Amino acid sequence: MKIAVLIKQVPDLVEGLEIDASGKALDQDSLRYIISEADDHALEQALLIRERTGASVDVFALDVGEARDSLTTALAKGAERVTLVAAGLEAAPGSHALAELFAGVLRPQNFDLILTGVRAIDDLDGSLGGLLAGLLELPYVGLIRKVETGPGGETAIVQKEFPGGFITELEVKLPAVLGIQSAEQPPRYVPVSRLRQVMKTAKIGEQAVEPPQAQPIAVERLFKPEEGAGASMLEGTPEELAKQIAGLLAERHLLKG
Amino acid sequence: MTNDVMVIGEHFQGALSQITLELLGKARELAGQLDGKVEAVLLGHGVEPLAAELGAADRLSIADHPLLEHFVPETYEAVIAQRIKQAGPRLVLLGSTSVGLDLIGPLSVRAAVPCFDNCTSLQVREGRVVAISQLYGGKIFAEYAVPETTALVAVVPGSFPAEPGKAAGAPEVLRLAAPPAPRTTFRKLIEPPPGDVDVSKVPLLVAVGRGIQNADNIPLAEELAETLGGAVCASRPVIDQGWLPLTRQVGKSGVTVKPKLYLALGISGAPEHVEGMKQSELIIAVNTDAKAPIFGLAHYGAVADAVEIIPLLTEQIRAASG
Amino acid sequence: MMPTLIRFGPVPGWAILWVVFLAAAGIFAWRVTTLIRLLLLGRYENRFDRIPQRIWRVVVYILGQRRMLEEPLIGLPHLLIFYGFLMFLLSTNSMLLSGLLPFLHLPTVDENRFLAPVVDVFGVLVLAGLAVSSFRRFILRPAGLQRTIDATIVNSLIASLMVTFLLAEAFRSVGAGAALKGASTQESVWAPFGNWLAGVFSGYPALVVHATGLYYFFWWVHILTVLGFLVYLPYSKHLHLLAAPFSVFFSRLEHPGMLRPGVLLEGGMGAGRLNELTWRQLLAAFACAECGRCERACPSFQVGEPCSPRQLVHNLKMQLFLCGKVMMSGVPASKLDKETCLLEGLIPRNELWTCTTCRACANRCPVFNEHLSITIDLRRRLVERGELDKRLEEALRNLGRYGNSFGQSERKRAIWTQGLDFKPKDARKQPVQWLWYLGEYNCYHPALHPVTRSLARILQAAEVDYGILYEAERNSGNDTRRVGEEGLFEMLRERNTAVLRAADFKDLFTMDPHVYNTLKNEYPELNHGRHRILHHTELLAGMFQQGRLKAARRLSYGVTYHDPCYLGRYNGVYEPPRAVLKALGLKVKEMPRSRSFSFCCGGGGGRVWMEETGEAHSRPSESRVREAAALDGVQVLVVACPKDHVMFSEAVKTAGLEGKLAVKDLTELVAEAI
Repeated sequence: MKIAVLIKQVPDLVEGLEIDASGKALDQDSLRYIISEADDHALEQALLIRERTGASVDVFALDVGEARDSLTTALAKGAERVTLVAAGLEAAPGSHALAELFAGVLRPQNFDLILTGVRAIDDLDGSLGGLLAGLLELPYVGLIRKVETGPGGETAIVQKEFPGGFITELEVKLPAVLGIQSAEQPPRYVPVSRLRQVMKTAKIGEQAVEPPQAQPIAVERLFKPEEGAGASMLEGTPEELAKQIAGLLAERHLLKG
Repeated sequence: MTNDVMVIGEHFQGALSQITLELLGKARELAGQLDGKVEAVLLGHGVEPLAAELGAADRLSIADHPLLEHFVPETYEAVIAQRIKQAGPRLVLLGSTSVGLDLIGPLSVRAAVPCFDNCTSLQVREGRVVAISQLYGGKIFAEYAVPETTALVAVVPGSFPAEPGKAAGAPEVLRLAAPPAPRTTFRKLIEPPPGDVDVSKVPLLVAVGRGIQNADNIPLAEELAETLGGAVCASRPVIDQGWLPLTRQVGKSGVTVKPKLYLALGISGAPEHVEGMKQSELIIAVNTDAKAPIFGLAHYGAVADAVEIIPLLTEQIRAASG
Repeated sequence: MMPTLIRFGPVPGWAILWVVFLAAAGIFAWRVTTLIRLLLLGRYENRFDRIPQRIWRVVVYILGQRRMLEEPLIGLPHLLIFYGFLMFLLSTNSMLLSGLLPFLHLPTVDENRFLAPVVDVFGVLVLAGLAVSSFRRFILRPAGLQRTIDATIVNSLIASLMVTFLLAEAFRSVGAGAALKGASTQESVWAPFGNWLAGVFSGYPALVVHATGLYYFFWWVHILTVLGFLVYLPYSKHLHLLAAPFSVFFSRLEHPGMLRPGVLLEGGMGAGRLNELTWRQLLAAFACAECGRCERACPSFQVGEPCSPRQLVHNLKMQLFLCGKVMMSGVPASKLDKETCLLEGLIPRNELWTCTTCRACANRCPVFNEHLSITIDLRRRLVERGELDKRLEEALRNLGRYGNSFGQSERKRAIWTQGLDFKPKDARKQPVQWLWYLGEYNCYHPALHPVTRSLARILQAAEVDYGILYEAERNSGNDTRRVGEEGLFEMLRERNTAVLRAADFKDLFTMDPHVYNTLKNEYPELNHGRHRILHHTELLAGMFQQGRLKAARRLSYGVTYHDPCYLGRYNGVYEPPRAVLKALGLKVKEMPRSRSFSFCCGGGGGRVWMEETGEAHSRPSESRVREAAALDGVQVLVVACPKDHVMFSEAVKTAGLEGKLAVKDLTELVAEAI
């Protein structure tokens, strides 16, 4: 079985986000990229399937931000091959453009299973997985928390989340695209010594592709929500804060007795 | 293309989902301004009884087939794509939910129409449809014009009131064709473990997030909830760590709650969480990060360590309630 | 007559003794060879350098028994037994030799007028020592000391050696006296106890008649017991008697704050199998006498965590005996999977993670075992395999990405300076005399910001020329290294070293003892005597001494001071903080556990990053604040480590001591007084 994992780079929220002078885009200079959290789970899920079935895992990333580092980490975690898809873009493109690029790369390769994170924090025009499935004319299921392979590796049996703790189990004929919400276990840790060893010997495949046709969304303005706009802020020592909160509850008759 | 607004209906366990009413209400407003009609699309098996709740629509398209009994993305998508191509509405509104999220991508490609996700606001301004989506964990909002073709918009649950969607009426009913044989099949529904508290029915909720730091502090929150006479719920990170059962998760892919009190402790307020609790009557948030989005939503806020506040608050409440 | 000249039927006594002696010596030699071969399973490590220093250690710690005497109740008896043993080694060997070669009439110790009384006196002293040690082990039952059959057998064996010796001596004397009727019964050799016993026995005619026979009997029992002991010794925990001198001789001479770097072996970083530990690490198994000092000192063990340095070494020993033999027979370790894998075998994982690396165990181990190096080598392998606590993973991931375990942006490093009405110099941009290396706790922990600022204000007031590295500073890596993430430590060190080398400064100080330790001992490129590296307590003490700081008002608190592990036990900085307190006019009341006996707050070695096991009945920090609060008239627990500040402040609340005890950094007191 051949598994492809698509990982994308998103702005690291730890670093804080700034809007650029145009007011329509993020300030690229203040950005630091990180692998999208759900994509990290998709990779973990692929590695778990590999450990159970001996499947091969290929990882693809668009050459944006710290994609090279993310691919090296994927190698250190145990991926067979990693490929940097170079389209000459400076910032992360929209989901349609991304899907178009990956569809071009994946179409000739006949993967049985394509895993990606179900969504990313910068998804405005939909998420990669569903769009890619559409382009490749493959079935798609998202919000997945578990993937097992069916008899003969012909299908994947997946668990999909619904509100209120409900889960449905679906069987998808392969090849298919799956949008992972969370892997069966949290993404594994890679010790730095292994990472550095891999860095020395890493073979990161590169594939140059034409820039995407899909037009970016014409965002008219970006804005931040007003800080603490809604809340009246309480001040004081922890003890005073606790007292004030209890007072608020008492005023509203929310306390027993 | 028409000026119609289409709403993709959702239901689960035989009940119409709240999001569908929210979308219907919004669709009515937009259709009025765009001078179009509202069409509700309902897929399932034996969904006839639900049609009565969709009176706010002018037209109701129903696909009723055993293959549609459970949500199977591929099957649903095939039927809806067909209908979109046929009807050519100005807007197709879906929920940014377990159902809508699986549909918009394939639909966008198959119907060759643009799509937008994470929408929290839709307005008609000078004939243009202007939308706002929340991005980057709720830290940035993007405003954009929805192109003047058919467009798919996935709306974050809780963004619009449900009340206008409950209007009575007698829509014309259209029958949609049966779906093609799918490559995806439904196997079973796994229900949450029984016996646990249904947090959507508890009026006083103590909600804990990443700021609770570790599993050892969960009992502190439970003690507080007990003192209040409420229950503990949590945001995704806490559930993922296995510190509380899945049934206690509030937000996307968790429960939506509307309690009298939502005490958000150590919760930053990621949009996935917020959509499940923003309709709470009173929200009091405690978080160490003064810039946490939860403070934008809460009625009262305090910048402090939740772990430190919890026992103090338990003490205060115990004293106050005698 | 020599007791071996008697005949047992046709066989002369000496012939029997030869047979028994050769058998015992043969078994002993075979066993010792086996033990050495077991050690040689370990990796090579050079412990043959600096011989004079090594000999000196043996003099102080074996002959001087320095660490034994830290617990006088057992230290003194042990000293007596130890020297008694040396004396008897002499005496018994001479008995054995003359018994084996009775025709040569070799001089024996009991005929030597100088040695005989010494041996005689020691015979009784050893008995007294045994009485005290048995009383302690079986009646007082101190924690960490097992009441094993092994201990009972050994105590009885030693006691019977002494008793048979004294009885043999006495009956020989009685017999000799009877033979020389009329002449003086007083022998030319003075042996107070033997002679006193002889005097007592002389009063019983029945004993006098059979005195020679009884002498022979006790002589033989003594000699056979000795030979029995020789066989039993290398199979029992009293192997320490043979191994301890070597263990001390081959102990580590490097600074304790400098951890042995992780080595990348075929199987990965650190150690997972017996043969991936070094021979000296394996020697710990033989040298350990299971005295329990380590357990009594271990903060994690004391609060009921699954952590025991004693058990660790014991398990190592079990594993060595269980699997080492199979490995010796040439079966490659890789074939032996589970059994030879320390990690899969007898050493439970959570015992490795609960160690705070406070070094209280190693600091007290009489045989200089290196518990920490074993623990950390095993942790290194667990990290390599990705088998670690989820919270720890998160911390390490943050350290790798953001250079701090808090997962905060590097740009927020100087967030603590908000609230100062001046801006500390940027040491990257302008030359400074002092570089203040903050450490992540002082930078990011909100509860410590007032403490950090108070030092900045003191330095400002004293016009100290200092600067900070702003966002270029990263975690120094002390605890990263100690949780076993050697690669991450190296990465942090490389980056920090590059930043430090680019900065123009004369000397460096920090408030964090963990930072202090690693910068001082584990950043070779930073040191080379170019920069002094000081803890802020040293800096402040110096400033008071030079008169650059003066207490403007006297403080009236009753204070006690907690020695941070990485400042005190690791680096021997005990006086400067006390000198500062003295300069402030404060009198320090010492806790029972102070200086090198200080009790860890429980946060070191990366413990702050891990989940609690849920098995402990309390926390080390709670035990410590109770200890402080129990002192008469003490209202303030003074600390000099940011982690201590956080841990103890929390413990004061959970232990219900709020209002009774306050936790303050030394700096806060200085700021109050000047």
